[in-house]
Amino acid sequence: MQTSEERLRGLLLRGLAGDEAAYRMFLNDLTAHLRAFLRKRLAGLPDEVEDLVQESLIAVHNQRHTYDPAQPLTAWVVALARYKLIDLLRRRSRQDLLHDPLDEDSEQLLAVDGEAAEARRDLAKLLDTLPERQRASIVCVKLEGLSVAEAAKRTGMSESAVKVGIHRGLKALAARIRSGA
Amino acid sequence: MNTDELISLLATGVEPVDARARTRGVALALAAGLGAALLLMAALLGIRPDLASEARLPQFWLRELFCAALGLIALVGARRLAHPGTPLGLAPLALAAPLVLMGSAAAYVLLEAAPQSRLDLLMGQTARVCSMLIALVSAPVFVAVIWAMRRHAPTRLRLSGAAAGLASGGVGALVYTLHCPELAPPFLAVWYVLGMLIPAACGALLGPRLLRW
Repeated sequence: MQTSEERLRGLLLRGLAGDEAAYRMFLNDLTAHLRAFLRKRLAGLPDEVEDLVQESLIAVHNQRHTYDPAQPLTAWVVALARYKLIDLLRRRSRQDLLHDPLDEDSEQLLAVDGEAAEARRDLAKLLDTLPERQRASIVCVKLEGLSVAEAAKRTGMSESAVKVGIHRGLKALAARIRSGA
Repeated sequence: MNTDELISLLATGVEPVDARARTRGVALALAAGLGAALLLMAALLGIRPDLASEARLPQFWLRELFCAALGLIALVGARRLAHPGTPLGLAPLALAAPLVLMGSAAAYVLLEAAPQSRLDLLMGQTARVCSMLIALVSAPVFVAVIWAMRRHAPTRLRLSGAAAGLASGGVGALVYTLHCPELAPPFLAVWYVLGMLIPAACGALLGPRLLRW
């Protein structure tokens, strides 16, 4: 686990500095940990696991600036995932299905689960409901892989507007998930 | 969209995180809140005309220190609460220190005072309005701290709201001292603390709604 914590932390720190390949690897490896973590705690709601994995990934991404490098990465991820988990349970107001108590102990993201179930919520559809400037920015840069400059040229927006569009769009996506869309 | 596609979406073209710009944003917001609180106090209440002579008294500086300490420690706590997985550490304990010290000073002063002057020490001239005015002056700081917290990811929303409220209460009280004539520890221990607790209670009440993400 020690090595896993260190490896993930190293990848994230490089990702925070803008290293896309390291960030991709970080998200990839983290996903298996998140899935195992959430599956164990959502034993009563197996259908929700993959949706919550995706929601947690978006949270990790949107809040990546809140990672304090002086703290263990595991504690940060677990805090984010627990927050999203509690949010989900509250949304469903089915707290009785919670099999594991959500105690404060710094749980380790020890286990790995590489087997993805189908997500029930289709993020692609949700993406289509975003305001046009946000949607276009995300589609150009994030899905088609254009640079920010190319996306700006294509959409007729300024480069900073594209960046803001991506940022706000991903926040809006998280908000739509939260409101149960 | 499956999870691998989402990962690809999130990672593609990821921008470096500019931690310094974010810190600067928070610092600017807090400065704006402080400035607005100062303006509000000066416009609504006015700075004491005898502030310069009062500032020669050690009690004046003890009062400043008391408010600033509570505000700053609560701010440190709020900052930790805004970063998921960061333990609160000694912040709660540190918060208790100025309160215990001021409470002890208040008890000592009351015990030493002649019985007929005790009520005056406790009520001063402005007991009726002090707490409300501190809460009022702290309002712009409250807005600034909540705004800053919303840019982060607090996971314990009620506690985070309370910490944000207490921080703004401490700063608000500090600003209010430029107007307030009261220096007696019993007065500060009751009415100042109450004044700081009002925004803290508002924060605890509104936290789950204001800070949710």
